[in-house]
Amino acid sequence: MTDMTLSAGPKAPSPLVEAAKDAVFAAILVFLLSWLMIGYQTQVLQGQPMSYVTRYSDVLWAVFLIPAGRFLMTLTRFDRTLPAVIGGALGFIYLFIPGVLGVLEVPVYGEFFVTVDPLQPDILPFEQPMVNVIFGIGAFFVLAAGLRARRKKTVGAQTLEVREAAEARQARISKNLSSILGPLLIAVALIIPFTPWGDRKLVDTLILVMTYVMLGWGLNIVVGLAGLLDLGYVAFYAVGAYTYAKLSIDLGLDFWASLPIAGAIAATFGVALGFPVLRLRGDYLAIVTLGFGEIIRIILINWQIFTGGPNGLGNIAKIDFFGIPFERNPKEGELAFHTLFGLDFSPVHRIYFLYYVIIALALVTNFVTIRLRRMPIGRAWEALREDETACRALGINPTNTKLTAFALGAMFAGFAGSFFATRQGFVSPESFTFIESAVILAIVVLGGMGSQVGVALAAILLIGLPEVLRELSLYRMLVFGGVMVLIMLLRPKGLLSFRVPTIQLHGKKALPPTTAGAVK
Amino acid sequence: MLNISRVHTFYGHIEALKGIDMEIKQGEIVTLIGANGAGKSTLLMTICGTPRARSGRIVFEGKDIAQLPTYEIMRLGIAQSPEGRRIFPRMTVQENLRMGAITADAQYFEQDLERVFTIFPRLKERAGQRGGTLSGGEQQMLAIARALMSRPRLLLLDEPSLGLAPIIVRQIFSTIKEINRQQGMTVFLVEQNANHALKLAHRGYVMVNGVITLSGTGQELLSNAEVRAAYLEGGH
Ligand SMILES: Nc1ncnc2c1ncn2[C@@H]1O[C@H](COP(=O)(O)OP(=O)(O)OP(=O)(O)O)[C@@H](O)[C@H]1O
Ligand SMILES: [Mg+2]
Repeated sequence: MTDMTLSAGPKAPSPLVEAAKDAVFAAILVFLLSWLMIGYQTQVLQGQPMSYVTRYSDVLWAVFLIPAGRFLMTLTRFDRTLPAVIGGALGFIYLFIPGVLGVLEVPVYGEFFVTVDPLQPDILPFEQPMVNVIFGIGAFFVLAAGLRARRKKTVGAQTLEVREAAEARQARISKNLSSILGPLLIAVALIIPFTPWGDRKLVDTLILVMTYVMLGWGLNIVVGLAGLLDLGYVAFYAVGAYTYAKLSIDLGLDFWASLPIAGAIAATFGVALGFPVLRLRGDYLAIVTLGFGEIIRIILINWQIFTGGPNGLGNIAKIDFFGIPFERNPKEGELAFHTLFGLDFSPVHRIYFLYYVIIALALVTNFVTIRLRRMPIGRAWEALREDETACRALGINPTNTKLTAFALGAMFAGFAGSFFATRQGFVSPESFTFIESAVILAIVVLGGMGSQVGVALAAILLIGLPEVLRELSLYRMLVFGGVMVLIMLLRPKGLLSFRVPTIQLHGKKALPPTTAGAVK
Repeated sequence: MLNISRVHTFYGHIEALKGIDMEIKQGEIVTLIGANGAGKSTLLMTICGTPRARSGRIVFEGKDIAQLPTYEIMRLGIAQSPEGRRIFPRMTVQENLRMGAITADAQYFEQDLERVFTIFPRLKERAGQRGGTLSGGEQQMLAIARALMSRPRLLLLDEPSLGLAPIIVRQIFSTIKEINRQQGMTVFLVEQNANHALKLAHRGYVMVNGVITLSGTGQELLSNAEVRAAYLEGGH
């Protein structure tokens, strides 16, 4: 009987029809509600009777967007998740990012997206930037709903073994990619100044990218290996930069002599901050480090006599070639770089030299990280991230272990800071705002925590891309946001995320570095 | 080897251990049995320093360790396989073992690894597998093996038989016995599985609500009417 009634009953609803019905209903509702409330805006102008302006286009957009969102959401209930993911992502990129730029009245973008003259059409649906932001957030929810449904569909249906196997396959692909990409990237980086494309502009951009690669690798020790969420990493970068600035201006030390001192002082700051706060876990640590970053910046702004205040410090000695200056006219009886090598003077020499210096510094960071990972301290970092209580029970001192990670990360930030100072010849608090910490953290997370090649790729993408796209200035931030969304969509664990055991079966104490997921 | 006297431990205002006295001699297997929530794990963890004893003395090889931080206590030659195993799920079996040996002299690593692999051949087969994907029994073996890797003189085991099939339980218990006999390692064993544990142990204690109510040799406790009624009847 039941079978009979079941098969005789109404056919299972088609997802499209269901969703469309729902959307039409929503459209009518939105129309009724918004027609009067949004469509007409009363206006009282001085000395005139009350009048109104019409905003029909806003109404139409709302009548389109809200049901569209519902339509996509309904589809996810029927396992049609892709439209929601794509539609949500597009909506988010289109509405949210320009909307935010409009709200913040970012000069170029703001004017472009939100024209002041109502007769002038702009590319955004709603007149008020804030409304666009709100709709953008709505689109994000559609995207999130789609992603969640996808996850449930794929993950929920699988057994543990299948999931494990899929993860292992992913990891293997990432690993193989890394072992190819790593050496390739280094080779390309090393020869690029000698290729026809290696003009001054590109090398300048690459210096910037490499600085962030180094910062990313440094922060990777703290966040990726030791699992300590540090939101104030830029503080140590600042300490390094100002240390070199002071040493150079007040004591006349050159870059090479200052480098170790700057690293040591930044590491000291790391220990000084770390000691009281490393007992905190997760969120609390993040908040305290965030605060520390701001404190350092505020001290830099306010300690006028020592740091030059908001104006910063200028006239910092430029880098030299291990004691030999890059100067057109060296002092009487002294060498300059170009005379030493019998070249014609060119300001480009110093830029190229800076480029190789930052590559060397970054590779040192990378090398140290790889080595440490296979030593007891590196293993302890990783274990600490997994289970602190268990670590304590194995005789590991958690505070000291974390402190080491913190200090090491700070030291590399200090090196990078000195480099920044000598490259710019000028430091000011503006260069060390929270957004820097956020960008560096984004590089680590997007790269795939703990993955060295992934971090390098993320730095190229996040720092290099906006620089290259400068000509497309208007769309630059749009692309930037889009890339971030895309990475998180396609590779939620980061570009190249995998973990290679630090030891294998007998005989081989450690893996050959090619498979260690790191730049060789 | 380990002398515990008048130890009180609190969780907030709740007194979990109400004046414990206990002695573990060199080379012994000592077992502690008791109902759920009696405070057995609390005692084992108090020896390790988390939670800390509020009062009383815990003397290990002549040194009062009651106020030392956990990681220092564990470096004195004590190792534990804690309640819930707490192996590192993302690390491989071999890396977990390496973590166990982190405070030990590196020169013994290969040799110790060989030793635990002979005790637990299953772990050798699974050396490259991630800890989190091991079966419950394998995880328990790994937790014990990891504890052994630090070359302890005193091994603390919290319910090694929990959730395991009877055959694996027997295997684990005979392993404990072997480790004790061959290497003279002192073992403190917390167990629900009173029958097995008391047969294995030289001496045993019974804990009820944070107080030791009975003690004696394993055989004595096994034949004690109270013990039989409370922990043995019906089950085994
Ligand atoms: N972290 C904690 N905070 C508060 N109370 C706790 C905590 N850990 C244990 N307790 C309490 O202390 C008492 C003793 O717990 P304990 O874990 O030592 O028992 P047990 O004898 O090991 O029990 P079981 O056989 O179930 O493992 C229990 O009443 C428990 O609720
Ligand atoms: Mg317990």
